[in-house]
Amino acid sequence: MAATQAVAKRESTEVEATKAREEELTLAPPVDIFEDAHGITVQAEMPGVSKDRLNVQADRNSLLIEGEAALDMPSGMEALYADVQATKYRRSFVLSGELETDRIEANLKDGVLTVRIPKRAEFRPRKIEVRAD
Amino acid sequence: MYGSLFSSFDTNLFDEFRRLESDMDQLFGRWPAGIRAVRRGTFPPINVGSTPDRVDVYLFAAGLDPKTLDLSMQQNLLSVSGSRKVEVSEEADYYRRERFDGDFRRVITLPDDVDPDRVDAKYRDGVLQITVQRRESARPRQITVN
Repeated sequence: MAATQAVAKRESTEVEATKAREEELTLAPPVDIFEDAHGITVQAEMPGVSKDRLNVQADRNSLLIEGEAALDMPSGMEALYADVQATKYRRSFVLSGELETDRIEANLKDGVLTVRIPKRAEFRPRKIEVRAD
Repeated sequence: MYGSLFSSFDTNLFDEFRRLESDMDQLFGRWPAGIRAVRRGTFPPINVGSTPDRVDVYLFAAGLDPKTLDLSMQQNLLSVSGSRKVEVSEEADYYRRERFDGDFRRVITLPDDVDPDRVDAKYRDGVLQITVQRRESARPRQITVN
């Protein structure tokens, strides 16, 4: 019993260690985020990521952007210089309730991911007419 | 209004990473760097890889119009300049502006044996790949011992 627990504990530590290593090797893509009357737009730069290596996930509370860059490299290539030392991109954001996360639209072009999150209709600003009597 | 909307957790981690990076620059800055080396974080980031046949330069520049690019080779010196415009929406409020906007230029010293007449470039998924062939004579040759 005690032995099993020890094994279980060791395994979980290993899992955590692997997770920590993966996090170190992840790039946070630079983003622009803006809001207009209709919703919020996130534009993230993920050069080298094609559509099939991209993952955009949203639930009620959060938006996750993930992707893996693939370069066209000849076999046996050695690095002479590298500004970019990871191939995985990951970044996440906390969302709030007035956003309609089930109507998110995502588009990827030339390594730029654009995610549009619309606001619920009742949260869109309405122009209030001021009457002068 | 939605200032608290996006997790500040991310930002803090990222800032911490930037701080570490600048510490590292200070540390390594004491050592002689390549004369054309630029500050870390300069747009666009570059990777260079080599094989016995060729040298490949990768520029990580998403959302570029390839027409704005100007590539030139002088002996083993490769210069790439261009401009990237990020469209700004006038009616929107910005919370983050991290994407590079404007003109850029990078000069890369390649190994001495590259052939400046045999250069290819392609732009795909936001990565500009420049392939320069090495001269035949510089390639390693198998020598048979009789």
